[in-house]
Amino acid sequence: MSRIHQAFENGKAFIAFITCGDPDLSTTAAALRAAVSGGADLIELGIPFSDPTAEGPVIQGANLRALKGGITTDRIFEFVRETRKEIGIPIVFMTYANVVFSYGAERFISTCREIGIDGLILPDLPFEERGEFLPTCRKYGVDLISLVAPTSGGRVAMIAKEAEGFLYIVSSLGVTGIRDEIDTDLSLTVQTVRQNTGIPCAVGFGISTPEQAKKMAAFTDGVIVGSAIVRLLEKYGKDAPERIFEYVKSMKDVLKGM
Amino acid sequence: MTNQKGRFGVHGGQYIPETLMNAVIELEEAYNRLKDDPAFNRELSELLCDYAGRPSRLYFAKKMTEDLGGAKIYLKREDLNHTGAHKINNVLGQALLAKKMGKTRLIAETGAGQHGVATATAAALMGMECVVYMGQEDTVRQALNVYRMRLLGAEVIPVKTGTATLKDAVSEAMRAWTSRVSDTHYCLGSVMGPHPFPTIVRDFQSVISREIKEQILCKEGRLPDAVLACVGGGSNAIGSFYHFIGDRDVRLIGCEAAGRGVDTPETAATVNTGKLGIFHGMKSYFCQDEFGQIAPVYSISAGLDYPGVGPEHAYLHDIGRAEYVPITDEEAVCAFEYLAKTEGIIPAIESAHAVAYALKIAPEMGRDKILVVTVSGRGDKDCAAVARYRGEDLHE
Repeated sequence: MSRIHQAFENGKAFIAFITCGDPDLSTTAAALRAAVSGGADLIELGIPFSDPTAEGPVIQGANLRALKGGITTDRIFEFVRETRKEIGIPIVFMTYANVVFSYGAERFISTCREIGIDGLILPDLPFEERGEFLPTCRKYGVDLISLVAPTSGGRVAMIAKEAEGFLYIVSSLGVTGIRDEIDTDLSLTVQTVRQNTGIPCAVGFGISTPEQAKKMAAFTDGVIVGSAIVRLLEKYGKDAPERIFEYVKSMKDVLKGM
Repeated sequence: MTNQKGRFGVHGGQYIPETLMNAVIELEEAYNRLKDDPAFNRELSELLCDYAGRPSRLYFAKKMTEDLGGAKIYLKREDLNHTGAHKINNVLGQALLAKKMGKTRLIAETGAGQHGVATATAAALMGMECVVYMGQEDTVRQALNVYRMRLLGAEVIPVKTGTATLKDAVSEAMRAWTSRVSDTHYCLGSVMGPHPFPTIVRDFQSVISREIKEQILCKEGRLPDAVLACVGGGSNAIGSFYHFIGDRDVRLIGCEAAGRGVDTPETAATVNTGKLGIFHGMKSYFCQDEFGQIAPVYSISAGLDYPGVGPEHAYLHDIGRAEYVPITDEEAVCAFEYLAKTEGIIPAIESAHAVAYALKIAPEMGRDKILVVTVSGRGDKDCAAVARYRGEDLHE
C-alpha cells in the first residue's frame, strides 16, 4: 500500500496538478514547495506528452512548453529523486500510456517505487486495458489510479471495486480546463462508489474556485485542481510560485473545516 | 490480463479515456447487431451502388504495362467513386450505422480532406449535422477540399496544436467526442483508433478486395501475383488486401510515405522507422522518440502524413503476411506525373505512392505476372501542391 491514504487524513483533500518542467525544473520545484506550504495534500505531477488527448488548451500548452524546454522522463525521475528529500506528502505521476510503455513498464514503475512516487494516473488506460501495467504496479506497490466519468453509468461499480489509492471522479464531459459551472449530477456516481469501495474519492476537471471546491468536496473526499494552477504558471512563469501558494491556501482553507 | 477483444496479435485494444468507453461499447454492440442484418446490408449496398457508383472498375493499364515491359498492371479505380476516393465506402457504412443508433451528428478528422469531404457528403445525404477537424497546415495545403466541405454544409475547424496536421486533427476530434458523446458519432476515417474502429472500417473497405477478386477472376481467370496500395492509417490498403489474406501466393504490398527519405527525420514511414507504442486508442507502430513522444512526421501527402499505422497492418507485418515499403516524395511525384501522361489518369498523391512502387517492380517481373494497384483517390486536389513541388507557383 502506498502512502496516498495520508492525503485524506487532514480534512477534505486538496490535490494540486503541476506539469513537470513548465517552464523549467527550478520553477516546478518552487511551485511544488509553494503548493505544499499552501496546504496541498497530494501532488499530481504531469510528465509531459507530445499529444495529450485528454487535456484542454491550458494543460496542452504546459506540455508543449515543458517539452520545448528539453524535459525528458529521465530528467523528471532525477528531479523527483531530489525533490523527495524535502517533500513528504504523496506524489503521483499523471501521464499517458505511451510514456510508460516506451520506457518499459518494469523500468518505469520500479523507478517510481525507488524515487518515492505513490501512484500513476493514465487517462488513456481504461479499466479494460489495466492489465498492461497493473501486475507491475502491484509488484512495486505503486497505485494505478482509476477514473470514473459522467458517462460511466453501469461501469462505476466494476471500476470502484478494483480501485486503488483513490478514485478519480471526472466531473464533466470533455477535456481538462476551467469551467464556470459544473452542472453534472455526481451524487449517484458517488453513492455507487461508496457502496463498492472504502478508498477515498476526489473530483477533478473544471474546478477552479473555492466555491466549486466546497460544493464538490461536500459529498466526496477531496478536489483536484490542474488548469487553474497551470494558468498561473502560464501567466506569471518564474513568478508564479508565490501566487500558487496564495491560491492553494485559499482553496485548502475552505476544505479544512469540512 | 488484457481483454483480447479487438486485438490483432499484440496490436489494437482500447486505450481511450473512460469518458468514451461506453460510446465504443455501444458502437460495437450496434455494429454486431447490424452487420449481418439483411435490411441494413441492402440499404448500404444500394447506397454504394446507386449513390457512390460501385463497383469501381478494375482497369487494365495497357500502355503502362507495355511501357514498363514486365507484369500486367491493373488499376483498381477507387478514384472513380463519388467524392473521388475510397473514403466514401467507410463513411456511408458508418453514417448509416450512426443513424440507426439514433445519432444526429457526425464528427470526423481529415488529412488531405478526402475523408472530411466524404463525411460531409454522407451527412448532407442523411440529414445529419457535421463538424470536421483539419490541421491548420492541411487547410492551406488542401484549400479546395475545405471549400467543398463547407459547400456540403459541414463546419470545418482548423486545428492549430502540435504539427497542425492529421495526427492533431485526430486528437482534437477525440477531445471533441469526449465533450459531446450522446448525440454524436465519431466517424473515424481509417483502420485505426480504439476497437471497434479498425474492424468496422476494414469491413466497410473490404468491398475493394471482394470486387478485385471477382473482377480479376473474370478477366484473367486467376488471382494476381501482388496487390499494391498506399498506407497512411491504412484503410484503402486493408480494404485491398483483406480478401486475399488467405491466398498465400498473392503478395500484399503496402506503400508508406517516406517523405524526404527513411534516413531523414522528415518521414512518415511508420512500419519502416517506428516502434511499438500506444497512441490514439491503439497499440501499434508509431514514429516516436526514445521517451515515447510522438514524432512530428512529414510527407508531401497530407493523407499519409500520420505517425502511426492501423493495428491490423502492424500484425500483418509481424507475421510476414504483408510487406511495407517506403516511397519518397520525389518517387511519388514522378509516379503522379507518369500515370497522368501514360494513362490519362491523375491519381491522388497518396495513391501515387502505390503507383511508384509498381513502376519499380513491374519491369523486373515476367510478362505472365499480374499486379493490381489500388488508385485510392483522384489527384485534382494535389495539382497545386505538385506544381509547387516542381517550383511552379500555381494558385487555384
